[in-house]
Formats: sequence, structure tokens, C-alpha cells
Amino acid sequence: MNIGYYPGCALHGSSIDYETSVRACMKALDVQLDELDDWICCGATAAHCINHKLSVALPARNLGIAEKMKMDKLFAPCPMCSMELKKASDELKANPELRKEMAEIVETPVDGTVDVVNLIQVFQTVGFDAIAEKAKEKLWRFKPACYYGCLLTRPPKTLQFDDPEDPTSMEELLKKLGAEPVDWNSKTVCCGAGLTLADEPAVAEQVRKILQDALDNGANCVVVACPMCQVNLDMRQADAKKLGLTQDVPIFFLSDLVALAVGLEGKDLDFAKRYVAIPNEMKKTDPKPEDPKPAKPVAAKKEGAAQ
Amino acid sequence: MAKIGVFTCWCGENIARNVDVQAVSEAISKLPGVACSENYKYMCSEPGQTLIADKIKELGLTGVVVASCSPHMHLKTFRKTVELAGVNPYLVEMANIREQCSWVHNDKPVATAKAIELIGMAVAKVRRNAALEPIKVPVTKRALVIGAGVAGIQAALDLAAGGVEVILVEREPSVGGKMAGLSETFPTLDCSQCILTPRMVEVGQHPNIKLMTYSEVEKVDGYVGNFKVTVRKKARYVDITKCTGCGSCWNACPKKGKIPNSFDYGLGNRGAIYIPFPQAVPARPTIDADNCIRIQNMAKGKELCGICSKQCAAQAINFHDQDELVEFDVGAIVVATGYKLYSIGKEQENPNIKGYGEYGYGKYKDVVDSLQFERIISASGPTGGEPKRPSDGATPKTIVFIQCTGSRDNAKGITYCSKICCMYTAKHTMLFKHKVHDGTAHVFYMDIRSGGKMYDEFVRRAIEQDGAQYHRGRVSKIEKVTVDGQTKYRCYGADTLAGTPCVVDADMVVLACAMVPSTGVKSLAQKLSVGYNEYGFLSESHPKLRPVETNAAGVFVCGACQGPKDIPETVAQASAAAGKALIMLSQPFLTREPEIATVDEKLCAACGACVKACPYKAISIEEIRDRKGNLVKMTSRVNPGLCMGCGTCVAVCPSKSVDLIGFTDDQVYAQIESLLD
Repeated sequence: MNIGYYPGCALHGSSIDYETSVRACMKALDVQLDELDDWICCGATAAHCINHKLSVALPARNLGIAEKMKMDKLFAPCPMCSMELKKASDELKANPELRKEMAEIVETPVDGTVDVVNLIQVFQTVGFDAIAEKAKEKLWRFKPACYYGCLLTRPPKTLQFDDPEDPTSMEELLKKLGAEPVDWNSKTVCCGAGLTLADEPAVAEQVRKILQDALDNGANCVVVACPMCQVNLDMRQADAKKLGLTQDVPIFFLSDLVALAVGLEGKDLDFAKRYVAIPNEMKKTDPKPEDPKPAKPVAAKKEGAAQ
Repeated sequence: MAKIGVFTCWCGENIARNVDVQAVSEAISKLPGVACSENYKYMCSEPGQTLIADKIKELGLTGVVVASCSPHMHLKTFRKTVELAGVNPYLVEMANIREQCSWVHNDKPVATAKAIELIGMAVAKVRRNAALEPIKVPVTKRALVIGAGVAGIQAALDLAAGGVEVILVEREPSVGGKMAGLSETFPTLDCSQCILTPRMVEVGQHPNIKLMTYSEVEKVDGYVGNFKVTVRKKARYVDITKCTGCGSCWNACPKKGKIPNSFDYGLGNRGAIYIPFPQAVPARPTIDADNCIRIQNMAKGKELCGICSKQCAAQAINFHDQDELVEFDVGAIVVATGYKLYSIGKEQENPNIKGYGEYGYGKYKDVVDSLQFERIISASGPTGGEPKRPSDGATPKTIVFIQCTGSRDNAKGITYCSKICCMYTAKHTMLFKHKVHDGTAHVFYMDIRSGGKMYDEFVRRAIEQDGAQYHRGRVSKIEKVTVDGQTKYRCYGADTLAGTPCVVDADMVVLACAMVPSTGVKSLAQKLSVGYNEYGFLSESHPKLRPVETNAAGVFVCGACQGPKDIPETVAQASAAAGKALIMLSQPFLTREPEIATVDEKLCAACGACVKACPYKAISIEEIRDRKGNLVKMTSRVNPGLCMGCGTCVAVCPSKSVDLIGFTDDQVYAQIESLLD
């Protein structure tokens, strides 16, 4: 399968390990990434705060190039990028006058027809079951707390692939790969984002709260699908520990876990670049040992039966 | 020679402000056929009507045009006026120079010119009007009431007391509806069961009421006074005429206490053969086929279980029971299908979006909706009225109530206020406090809407006497946390009056969810040709003057299927609907407007385009035979009892052989031509 690929600034800069992980994972899944020619900034947080037209024009240029390259889907691993691109494409699709205006500004025709997807949606496109078929429940050592942060599912009008307040798609995928995702409270709270430069103590406290919640609910790692979340949870963890975080929590990209599940190893995924060391038993996976005495299957009590 | 009288109304200042009424009168008086052109300040008033009648008698008018408001407002008034003056009422036309002219234009000369044109069109039409007679149709003196909650029960009892035979159809195995499951009711705190169950018994025993529980309306044909209704009696597997309701069967069922009881909203359990609650009417069990060991294994050819049947001395159980279709004729239909709660996490337009995923409903057992909480504090509920939280049975000391869950939330697609939640939440806080004296109730609200007799006093009592803590603000998130070894639900809210965040650790959370129409109401509305709004609430004919009638003649609405309302309002509306139906059924025959479609059978090619287009199924293809019985031709024919005069058939007929009496092509083209002159 071929898919358009928009790395965005983070994956070519501060989160270069995310690109390594995404590329390795996609290769293992036989997904060929066709990088967008001459892509530019998505607009990120700055553009839409200052100038609406600019916040459409920047993604519009990228979308125009994707259309020229005849892409059906454009994969942006950073949720900021995928959200901005999706938002612009929705606006363009709905507004012919805007299309005309943007085509002039960005000097390329653009209709907003390319389907912009994030990392989870790429896995959905490949198919959770197809991935599970390759993985054979290899993630049995992992008890991840799936962390969506603010942008992956929001704004809800733009991103409708999962619930904005209680998303479960990462859990669904990882369960199929043999992991035991924990139920926790902080999956959609803010990681501190850009305050990491402006107000370090605030971010450190935020990171402490998130990671402590993960630990208290029995997680042994946190999984993210956003370079910003990963940077804050990983890089600011030392400060969080000073504020009382009880132990190290390895932070994985979702692509890391999928890649591990289909047989790749830490060295393929740039684990050495992580601030918090990844424990050895999490650097590669092995088949789940046969349980000599299978526990008596407990009748699944229906929690939701009441409703 | 036409002698048309034109009467232009000022409507006080409503029309005269933007239309020069005097100039209009003068211009119209010059039109051909106009015998007089008068104007008056209030044409609908007694002197105005007298003016019309006097002119009719004085000049021998052959047609009347009243230029005033919308015909929806006063056509009936003026028809009556001319009829009393001796002119056929269908020789009146109205020109709407208020809603369609003076109210929507600011420029007086332009509005005046438009008024003249509108009246000119009406004059052109009325010259071609024919005297018409209303259509008379017979009436079946029997009524169908759909839904047997408090609304349907009240309507059925009133109709029955009026001497009309009533068929009361209820989807569930027992009558009673939502009210049967409530604890105590505001603002008097009288027990819901105590006031409702005697009524339930009464509908079960009334000689004029035929009760059909566990049944649904399948099909409705016919028209006002003469509906043909088909009801599906769902297979109950118990012959309720043989059954004595002794209880041996449901006590012996091996699935007893294992299946969530929908009457308790899943908080309590029942067996596969069950009565939903002890006071059910009829007090006869039903087998839930999906969960019955016997029935589930019959398809596989195995004969398992059957314990209930062995226990039944009356031999009332029949595992081979089938759905049965029952047909009957009724003259009037009362719809009382009620409501359900906005279901969080389910039935959203986009299945990926849960709606309030942040509240953890469905994930946390102790986050319940308000109907579940009613069961928790009801003496007939699964805890016998002891407030116990579902997860561990502990007595909650702190409960957070979140009002407007779904209501007034554009993001959830529900913009309306559900009207009753402020009141029942106040009631919940009181009942909780009366049972757990050291407990604290916290209420997060947007506004308190407590309009009603003794309603605001009731809310003040909850706050001032029973100490409910009210915080004006929303809860943004609920987290499950452990505090000192206890499971708590941490509610992150805001108190916008204090201007501070407000975090409460609750033992239990109650969501006051929006009221939405019950499942299947839209398909029922389509069967009945009754309109509904964007949310599925059934539309009344006029919000103020015809609140229980619908646009489908002979179909009445009452209760929460028409809009959110509380018990007193529901009962009042149910009696109103029954009263309106009784008025209709007391006539020897019904009259209908004669403005219906008619087919020129000589011209008609029987192509069937009109049959397909007719929204009321009023047109059929018929044969025309000569005296010897030879087929001459086929034609479409309009059933005058069913036709609502919408004119869709006229528009689709390729050979122009259908016309709408009162709105003939001749009349409509004359109007258009007058505009082009």
C-alpha cells in the first residue's frame, strides 16, 4: 500500500526518533511512504492565532501538492499537522470561493479532496486485525496507559474517528496485539505543550500528575501518538521525579509498539534517543509463554449492562 | 356578472403602518367585477364582520375578498361571516397583506403596490370560485390509544368514561410507563406508585377498555373517523386468559435473578419468564425468548428446561406462541408514546462519538442517569428504597447531580430545555437527604427553571431546608480516584457565581439527561402521517390554539411524545386529547373541507404517476366498465375521505387530468395573469 507522507517540522527536528519509528514501522507493515515534494509548515499553533487566512493557506499549499501528486490519503504523524491539514481541507471542500482564493495565494490548484490521516487512522486503514495477524499477541509484557493528549481527537468536529473525551482506538489496537492497556483518567489532559519553554515548573507538575495517574492505575509504560506529548513526558520526567513521581515511566510512540509487535527491535527504532531509558525487556518482544495452568475463565461481568 | 366585495383591514397599525390602506381600497375599486372596496381598522371584529354582511345584503355580492392576515388566522372567521349573510363560504378568498406584506417590507409605497397586486390576484381567483359543500363522512365510535404510560392511561380512562370503546396498546408487558418506576413526585413528594397503580388497575378492569400489552401498532390505513389499524401482538408465550399470575413459573425459572431488568434500567435482575414489577397490569408473566433456555434450544431440536411449564397448574405456557396480527376499526387515535432519556454513549449520529465520554457513564457503575436513581430511591426498587451505590452497595454520603446533561447543548444536537430536570433533581437531593441525614447533595446547574405552582418554593426548600449545595456551572470531567482506600468520583466543575473551579469527590454521580422521544416514534408518526420536529417530538396542529390536535385529522397527541413535560401537564394534556377525541366521536358524521383533488376520468391515462406521488395513499387505479361489464379503460380515482388536498398529484400529472377543487388550474392561472397585467 502506498500513502502520502507529510513529516512536518517535528519529525525532521526535535522528534527525529519519531520519524525513524514511523518509517520502520510502516516498512514492516508494507506501507510505502511517499513524501510530499517541497512541503512547508502546517501553520501549527501560531498561524491560526494570528491570521485565519494564513492558517488555511499554509496547509492548502501542502494539500495542493498532494493533489498534484495524485495522493488519496496524506499521512501526517504529528496530530497538530494532521489537524491543521484536515481543518483546512474541510474548509476548502465546503467553500468554492475559498478554493479559488487559495489557489491564487499558494499558486497551485487545491480542492481539499485529499484524505488527511493521523497515525491511528493509518493503522485503521491497514486494519487492526491485519496487524494483529502479523503480531500474534507479542505485546504481553506491556501494560500501557494510552495517552491521546489534546489534539489527536480534537476539535471533535474536525476529527471524528474517535470520541474526543474518552477515546479508545489505541487501546483497541494494542489489546489486539496482546497488550493490556490500563483504564486511567488522564488520557486526554494537556501535556503542558508549548509551556515547556515558557514555564518549565508548570509542565513538570503536569507531567508528574499524568504519569503518576498512569502508574497508580497499573501501567508500566505510556503510549503516545504526538511528538509534543512524547517530548514533554520524556524530557520533563526528571523534573517530575523531583516533584514526587515515584518511578521512571518509559514513553513509547504508538508506532514503536506496533513495530515491536511485528518483530522489530529497539535499535531499529532509535530508542537510544529517549531521555528515560527503555528497559531491556521492552526493547524487543517474544511470543507469550504458554500458561501451564490456564486460569478459570471468569464470566465477563457486563459493566455496561446497566445502560 | 361578478359582484365582488373587497374588504381591506388595517389590523390596527400592523398593516396600516406600512401599507396605505386608503390608496389600496381606491385602486382595487377600479378592478373589473369589483362592486365595492371598503377598509376598516379591525375587519375581524364585530363591526368589521357586520360591514361585510351588510354589503353582501345591500349589493348582492357573488364573492368576497378579505385583505388582512394569513388565512391560517381568520379564513374560518370570514367564511362563517359570509355564510350567515347567505353566501356560500367557499366564495371567500383572503389576500395576506400582513405576514406577506406589511410585516416584511419597510418601504410604504412598495408595500402598498404589493398589497394591491396581492389583492388583485385574490379578486381574479374569487371570480372563478365555485360554491362548494363540505364532504360528510361517517364515524366509528371507537378510539385507539397508543402508549399506556400516565398519558395514555389518563386518555383511555377519560374516553372510556365518555362512553367510547377504547383499545389501549402498550409495547411493554405492563402498563404504567416511566411513571410506574419513579420514586416520589414533585412538588408534593407523593409516592408515584400510590397515585398511579390504582389507575393502572382501573384500565385493566374498565369494561370499555380493551388492553393490548406487549403489542405494537403495525399499520394504520383509512382516514379520520374510519381508521383501519393493525396491531402486532408479540409472542408472549403465556396465555394471559388462562394464567392466574400465581408466580410459580417466575420463581422456578433457572435464570431467575440473572437477566438485567429493563424496568429497573439494568440495576435489578429478573428471570427469563418474568413480570417487570409486582404491581404490573396485567399481572401476568412474559417469556423473554432471547434468554429462555427452552426456546433458544428449540431451534436446535432440543427439549431442555421447560421448568416453568411444568410448574404451571393452569397450563398457560405455550413455547410455540407466535406473533399475531389483529385488525380493527377506530374513529380517533390518541398518541401517547412518551419519552426516553438521551442515552450517553449510545445512539449518537456518529457512532465514534460517545457524547459526554468525560463523565464515564457506562464505564463507572456509580455514574447513573436520573431514571436509574429513581429506582435506587424507590421503595419498589432493587434496593427497597435504601440509597445504595451500584458498584459495592455502600451508602453514598456525597452525591453530585449534573443537570442539563444533553439538554441545551448544541454540541450534542439538543438545543432545547428538558423542562423537568431542575425539579426532579431538587427532589432527588431532598429524598437523598431524608434517607441519608449526614449526606450532602451537590448540584451543578446552568439555570434553575422552576416555573409552576409551588415549584420554586420546592427548589428553595431543597436548598434552604435540606441543605443541597447548588453550584452554577458545568462539570468538565469525572475521574475515578481512590481516597483513603475509598473509591470516589472526582468531579471537576466550576462555580461561576463564585468565579472559582469547584472540585467535589463524590461517592456517586447522577446525570439529569435530556428527554428525547421514545424509540420508534418517527416510524409511528410516518404511519399516522403526523409531523415531528427535528428532534422527533410530534407536532401539534397549533402550539397555542390546537395543542392536542395534529395535522392528521382524527389523530391527537398528549404527553412527552409532543415535548418534554412533567406529570401534571401530561395528565392535563391527556384529558384534553381525550376531550377533543370525544367531541369528534360524538358527531353523527364528520365534515371535511371539500378542497380535494378530482380526476377527469375521460382524460386520465392511468399512468399511476399521481398514485406514487400521493403522500396520503388517497389515489388508486380503478377500472371503468360499461353496462355489459366490458373494460372500457383504466383511470386513477381519488378517495375523498383520504385526500388532504395537497395538490402534489396535480403537479405530477403529465396529461393535466387531475385538478384541485378550490385551487383549479383555471383559478391559479387567473391569479398569475392578474399579476402579469
